Order: sequence, then C-alpha cells, then structure tokens
Amino acid sequence: MTADLVGARRWIRRGQILTALGLLGLALVYVLALRYTSVERFQGLPQKIFYVHVPAAWSALLSFSLVGITSILYLWLRDPRLDRFADSCAAVGLVFSMVMLTTGPLWARPVWNTWWTWDARLTFTLILFFLFLGYRALRGAIQDPGERARFSAVLGILGMVLVPFVHLTVYLFRTLHPQPIVLKPSAPSLPGDMLRTLLISVGVYTILLIGFVVMRYGVAARESLETSDAG
Amino acid sequence: MLEFLRVALNVAWKDLRVEHRSKTALVSAIAFAALVLVIFNFARDAAAVSREMLAPSVLWITFSFSGVIALNRSFALERENAALDGLLLAPVSRSALFLGKYLANLAFVFTVEAVTLPLFVLFFGVDLSGVLAGIVLTAILATTGFVAVGTVFAAMTVRTRFAELMLPLLVLPFLLPPVIGAVQVTARLLSGRPVSEIAGWLRILAFYDLVFVTLCLLLFPALMDE
Repeated sequence: MTADLVGARRWIRRGQILTALGLLGLALVYVLALRYTSVERFQGLPQKIFYVHVPAAWSALLSFSLVGITSILYLWLRDPRLDRFADSCAAVGLVFSMVMLTTGPLWARPVWNTWWTWDARLTFTLILFFLFLGYRALRGAIQDPGERARFSAVLGILGMVLVPFVHLTVYLFRTLHPQPIVLKPSAPSLPGDMLRTLLISVGVYTILLIGFVVMRYGVAARESLETSDAG
Repeated sequence: MLEFLRVALNVAWKDLRVEHRSKTALVSAIAFAALVLVIFNFARDAAAVSREMLAPSVLWITFSFSGVIALNRSFALERENAALDGLLLAPVSRSALFLGKYLANLAFVFTVEAVTLPLFVLFFGVDLSGVLAGIVLTAILATTGFVAVGTVFAAMTVRTRFAELMLPLLVLPFLLPPVIGAVQVTARLLSGRPVSEIAGWLRILAFYDLVFVTLCLLLFPALMDE
C-alpha cells in the first residue's frame, strides 16, 4: 500500500518537473515568436497567435487520440492503470481544447473579420471539446470504479470514430480555414523561421501535455488509494 | 445465428409489448414532437422566413429531439424492480440483448417519426407528393445509426445520476453527421433537385449506420459485464 503511495508521489513529482520544463519552453516560444520570427506580410502581428493556437490544437487532438487508443486497450486488458491514463488524457485534452477554442476566435476576428465560422475544422474541434466534456461528466456521474472505466472506454471509442464523420460532413459545407501548410504531400510552404518557431512550440506543448498527464495520473493514482483506504 | 436473432426478437417483442400495454411513452413522445412543431412555427419571424425555407431543419430537429427523448425510456424500463439484472442472468449473448433493445428503440422512434411526418405536412404546408419515398428512405438511413449509439448511451446513463441530462449531452454530438446529411437531402428533395446530387449524402448516411451499428454490437457487451 505504501509502495503504491510512493509510486503515485513519484509520478506527481515527474509530472511537475516536466511541466516546469514545458513552462520554461513556453516562455522561450513567446520570446522566439515575438522577437525572432518574421512578421507575416498580410496578417501582421495577429498571426503570432498561430504559434499558440496550432500547438494547442495539436495537443488536444493528440490527447483525444490517446483517450481512444487507451480505451480500446482498457476493454482488452482491463488494467485500471489504462483507465486512469485515459481519464488523465481527457482532463488535459479538455484544457488544451479550451486554449484552442479561445485563441482561435481571437485570431479569426482581425484576420477573417469574424469571431466564429462554421467551417470543418472549427466545428469538429468544438465537437471534440463537447466529447471531452461529456466524457468527464459521465465519469463524474458514476460511482463504481469498474463501471466507470468500462462506460467511459466505450464512450472514448465511439467518440474517436465520430470525429472523422463530423469532419467529413461539415467539410462538404465548404470551408474558410487555411489549407494545410505544414503536413501536406509537398514541402511545407511556411517560411523557414516561422516553421522553426512552430515546430519548437509544438514540441513545448507536447512536453506540457506529457507533464500534465503524468501529474494528473499520479493524482488519480493517489486518489484511488485514498478511496480504497476509506472503503 | 438463428438463436441469436430469436433472442434479439424476443427482447424487442417484450419491450414493444410493455409499450403497447401502457402506451404512455409513445403518446408522450408523439405529443412532444407535435409541440416542437408548434413552437417552431412561432419561433420564426413570419415576415422574413417562410415556412418552406425552414421546413427541412424543423423536420430534422423534431425527429432527432424526439428520438433522444424516446431513448431515455428504453433502459429506465429495466431499472424498475431491477429487471435488467434478470435479463443479464439469462444465458444469452449480450450482443443479442443489445440487438433486441435496439430493434425495439428503432421501432419506437420510427413510429414517432411516422406520426410526426403527416403533422409536419399539415402544419408546415409542405408538398411531399413525389418525394415521399425519398424522405422515408432518408429518415430510415438517418435514424438507424444514431438510435444504435443512443441505445448504448441509454444503457450507460440509466446507471448515473441525472440520466435525463446526461443522455442528450452524450448523444447530441453523434446526431450532427446524420442531421447534416438528412437536412441536405431533404432540402434538395423538396426543391426538386436531381437524384445525383443526393446520392453522395445517402452513401455517407449508410456508411455511418454501418460503422456505428457494428461498433455498438461489439461494444455493448463490455457495458454489461460485472
């Protein structure tokens, strides 16, 4: 029992270290983006939010995929650690999707002259946010840990399958969003220094994601020990 | 395989018989759909938006909301007197159990839709002659998938606090693709566009059904083991 508690504390500690590193990196990204990266010709300074918005979207999507994959693994292996990990990813993903959904409109307003538009990527990330929210709400409403794990795994898998459908159907509505500029078949069309800042920022956000998830995982492990002690 | 279907049909038949004896849920769901139609008629500026322009959206919002309302019923029924435990004790496949509940829900939602459609024609003055078959096909394609997902979620939310709130929160995101497809098809049918314009949407709807019905059949047993 105490060994588990020590283990949980160790996870929290590791998460804190990674998060601290990530926050330092974030400061570096801000300096790099504002001081050492060229200003975009047409959009001017508002384009700088790109270096926060895109990595946040990346982290949200990554955690969403992790929830889906660990949900499948959980139903297969029935290891409570997988459930705890999926839940940690969902909690962190919810935060990153909130960052994405606040920075998006802030960028869209000066550039597209509207806070919100119903294009494919906006809609599907909004649905992503609601799926995270539903996932967390469902977990909050179930007492029994085994039932909670199985139910949320089923939701995680269904949600992962839903997202491409939402994207496809909304895409057929036409879209305002910039077409992919980094991950596309031909070479990235982003100028070198902008690409560099973006990639560094994506790296920093990934470290932050891992730090948050690890910390959250440790906290969940500690909580599960406390409830099993009480019960 | 035959045994599987027989169990499924038995479960569905049991649900429908319970429904047939009381009829409370069916009557309430139909009344709910009719009320949504009434509210929609007044929730628009009659001078700016014609009934015809709004018709496809009204039809699909009414169908999908009454569908979600109807799904709550399916497992609430089993919660009373711990009837679900009795079902689970029976030595039958959990997937067959799901199929039975799903078929009963589907029959229920189709009935609500079948009664709502004439009301919609009546209230919104839409001429469905010539496109009725298309609308019915669209309704079947758009309903099949989301009722499957809804059946799974209803089985989960019935065990939670605030089941009535939790179910819509989980199901509504899954309604987005079918509703988008169905509204696109309905709008094109009503304005007399050629079939080639809707074939793609119908394929997407059918694909959605195939994927989610299969997935729900596979995932449902995981909800029920202890």
